[in-house]
Amino acid sequence: MTVDLPIPSAVSPLAETPAASCGSCTLHNAANLKRLGLHVDGCDAVVALAGNPNTGKSTVFNALTGLRQHVGNWPGTTVSRAEGGFSLGGSAYKVVDLPGTYSLLSNSRDEDVARDFLLFGDPDVTVVVVDATRLERNLNLVLQVLQVTGRVVVALNLMDEARRHGIEVDVRHLSRELGVPVVPMAARRGEGVPELLGRIADMTSGETRVRPRRQQALAPVVARAVDELAGQLSAEFPGLANARWVALRLLEGDAGTERAVRDGSLGDLARQQTARIAS
Amino acid sequence: MKLDELRRTERAVVTGLDAQGAERRRLMDLGVMPGVEIVAEGTSPLGDPTAYLVRGSVIALRRCQARGIDVDDGAHR
Amino acid sequence: MSSDTVLGTAERLRATLPKDFGDGVVSSIYQDADRITRHSVSTHGEQGRPALDQVLDRALTHRVWGFVVMGALFFGVFWFTITGAAVPSDLLYDLLVANGHAWVRDGFTAVGAPWWVTGLVVDGMYLGTAWVIAVMLPPMAIFFPLFTLLEDFGYLPRVAFNLDRLYARAGAHGKQALTMMMGFGCNAAGVTATRIIDSPRERLIAIITNNFSICNGRWPTLILMSTVFVGALAPPGVAGLVAAGTVVTVAVLGIVTTLVVSWFLSRTVLRGETSVYSLELPPYRPPQVMRTIYTSLIDRTLKVLVRAVVMAAPAGAVIWLLSNVTVGDSSLAAHAVSALDASGWLLGLNGIVLLAYVVAIPANEIIIPTILMLTLTLGPVVAPGASAGVMLDVPDATAGAVLIGAGGWTLLTAVNLMLFSMLHNPCSTTMLTIWRETRSVKWTATATFLPLGLACLVTASTAAVWRAFS
Repeated sequence: MTVDLPIPSAVSPLAETPAASCGSCTLHNAANLKRLGLHVDGCDAVVALAGNPNTGKSTVFNALTGLRQHVGNWPGTTVSRAEGGFSLGGSAYKVVDLPGTYSLLSNSRDEDVARDFLLFGDPDVTVVVVDATRLERNLNLVLQVLQVTGRVVVALNLMDEARRHGIEVDVRHLSRELGVPVVPMAARRGEGVPELLGRIADMTSGETRVRPRRQQALAPVVARAVDELAGQLSAEFPGLANARWVALRLLEGDAGTERAVRDGSLGDLARQQTARIAS
Repeated sequence: MKLDELRRTERAVVTGLDAQGAERRRLMDLGVMPGVEIVAEGTSPLGDPTAYLVRGSVIALRRCQARGIDVDDGAHR
Repeated sequence: MSSDTVLGTAERLRATLPKDFGDGVVSSIYQDADRITRHSVSTHGEQGRPALDQVLDRALTHRVWGFVVMGALFFGVFWFTITGAAVPSDLLYDLLVANGHAWVRDGFTAVGAPWWVTGLVVDGMYLGTAWVIAVMLPPMAIFFPLFTLLEDFGYLPRVAFNLDRLYARAGAHGKQALTMMMGFGCNAAGVTATRIIDSPRERLIAIITNNFSICNGRWPTLILMSTVFVGALAPPGVAGLVAAGTVVTVAVLGIVTTLVVSWFLSRTVLRGETSVYSLELPPYRPPQVMRTIYTSLIDRTLKVLVRAVVMAAPAGAVIWLLSNVTVGDSSLAAHAVSALDASGWLLGLNGIVLLAYVVAIPANEIIIPTILMLTLTLGPVVAPGASAGVMLDVPDATAGAVLIGAGGWTLLTAVNLMLFSMLHNPCSTTMLTIWRETRSVKWTATATFLPLGLACLVTASTAAVWRAFS
C-alpha cells in the first residue's frame, strides 16, 4: 500500500542552494533553528510567541499569520509547536507558537519546549501574550522571558475584557517598568494587530531600544554565586547574552542546561549572539 | 490550619507549602506561595477537588494537595 | 575542558547554597510581578471574579444541577449528531455509493478499462472511500463544532472538575473525561486531545484507554447488531427501545472498561512516573460561533476525513484483491476465512468476521459491508445482487436474514461482535496518531495490543460460558 506524500521541499531546485539565499538574510541562528526542527529557508526573521495558557495566544497567532489554528478556552490546548508566517515591508517572518506555560523554571515537557526554543532558537523577536485581566500571574512569565532574551514585545491582550471589568492598565508605565514595548490588544476583534506588527518590524530592524528588566532581589549568598558563575560563563563563552540566567539554571542543576554546556550548543549560541550584535 | 479546611468563600493567606520537588514548583508557578491570598471557590460535586481563587485565576486542587498547604485565615491572630 | 570547569564551579557553588534557594528565585520574580502590577493597574468597581462566572460555576458544578446539565449537554450533542447526520448521510450514500459507484463504473467501462482495473479502482478503492465519507463526514461535521463550542465557552474544564474524583480513583486525570468524550466522535481526535493533560503519566493512560470510547466508525456495527439480533428478541412494541438500550449498555461498558484499565495501568506499567496535578478553570467567554464552526471544520473534521480517506482507499483495494485473486481453486479471501475459522469459533465469532476486522483496521466503517459481501460471496453459490470484492449494504431485516441464513450467526455471534468491536485495537489512523503523539513504539504497541488482547480474552470467555450454559 502506498500513501501519497507531499514532495519534500528539499527536492525542489530552489532549496538546493540554501547558502545563496541565506548569505544576506538576518538569520544568525539558522543552524540552531534547524537543529530544533524549524524550516527557515527563505525567511528573514523568526518570531516566537510565548504566553500563559488561556491568554488568547493562539488568537494572536492566527491574527498574525492568518492561519486558522483551533484554540479552546482551555489551558494547554496547544502543546506541539505550531508554525506560520507573514510578510511585512518586504521581509518574510516565521512565527512559532510555543506551548502555553506558566513559567520557564519547571521541568514539564511544555516548559522544556518553550525554554529550549527561547534560549537556543534565539528568536529575533519574542512576543509574550499576556492577559490584561490577570496581569500579575502573566508578568511572572514575562519577567522570566526577559531574563532569557531582551528582544521582547509584550502583547497586552484581552483589553476588551479588562475594560469590561473596570481594569485600567497604564501601558506606558508598564512598558517603562519592563523596558520593552507593550502593545494593548483585543486580538479576537483584531484590535492592536497592526500596532503589534509594527513593533515586531521595529524590533527586527533594530530600531527599538530595549532595556529588559533583569534586576532580581536574590538572597546575598545566591547573588554572589550567580555573579561568580556568570562571570566564568562569560569568560568561557564570550558574547553570551544571558549568562546570569544560564548560571541560575546551572546552579539549580538543570540537566538540559548542563548538556548544552557540554555538547557545545551554548558555545554556538554565544557565537550567534556575538554575530548578531556585530551586524 | 490547612488549606483543605477552608470553607467556600472563606479567605486565607498561604503561610507554607509542604510539597517538595516538581509539585512544589508547580504550585509556586501557579502563584501559590507564602504570602498570597487564597479564596475557596467551591468543591466538585463528587467532593474533590476544590477550586481556589489565587491571583485572579481559579485553580482546582485535589484534597491531598490542599492538605499540604498551610494557611492562616486570620481567626487565630 | 572549559565546559568541565564551568560545571565544576556550578557544583561547588551549589554546595554553598541553601537547599531551597530555588524557592527564593521563584518568589522574588512573583514579588516583582506583584509590584509592577500594583503600579500599572487601577481598578474601578468591584473586584474579584465576575458575578456571572460565579453564578455559572455554582450551577454547573452543583451537586444535582451540575450532573443534570452535563448529562443534558452531552446527550444533546450526541442526539444532535445522530439525528442531524441521518439526512446528509443518506444523501451522500445515495450520491456516492448507490449512484456514484454505478456512474464511475459505467465511465470506466465506456473508456474500455480492463475488468481488473475497474474492479480494483472502482469496486475496491472508490467504493471503500465513498463508503467512509458517507458514513463519517456528516456526524463529524456536526459533532466537532458542537464540542468545540462547549470548549470555547469554557465549559469543558468544569466537566473535568466535576468528574475528577472518578478518574483520581483510577489513578488518572479528570481531563481524561473530555478526551474520552472526544473519543466517542473519533479516537484519533481523542488521542490528539490528550494534549490538554500536562502530566505525562496520566496522559499516557488517557491515550491507551481512548480506544474504549466507541467511535463513530463503530457505531453502525453496534446499532445493526442491537437492532437485528437483540431488539428482535423483544416484543415489537419495545424492540426499538431494547435495541437503543443495548447500544447504550455497550457504550457504558466501554466507559467502565476505560476506568478499570486506567486503574490497572496506574497500578502496573504506569505506576512509576508520578506527576503533578493541575487544573485551571478559565473564565467563561462567549463562544465565537462562526469562527468556531469554521475552524473546527477545517482543523478537526477535514483532518480526520483526509486521514480516513487515505486509509480507506487502500483498504477497499485489499478487499477487492482478496476476493478476486484466486490461488488453487478458491480466492484468497476463502483461504483466509477457512484459516481463521477455528480462532473465530473460539472467540464466538467466525472466520469472515475476523477477516473483515483485519481488512477494516484502516477504517472501521467498512466492517459490516465487508462481512455482508463475504458472507454472500463465499458460499457455494454467489448470492444474487452480490459480487466478489464489492462491499454491499442491505436493509436491516435482510441483513439479519443473510447473517443467520447464509452466515449461520447466532445471538452469541452478535453479542461477541459488539464486545469485540468495543474492545479491539484502534483503527490505523488512531495508531498512527498515538505514535505521533508519543513517539514511542512501546506505548503505541501497548495501546494496540492491550485492547486486542482484552477483546480476545473477553469474547473467548463469553463464548465459553455461553456454550457451557446452552
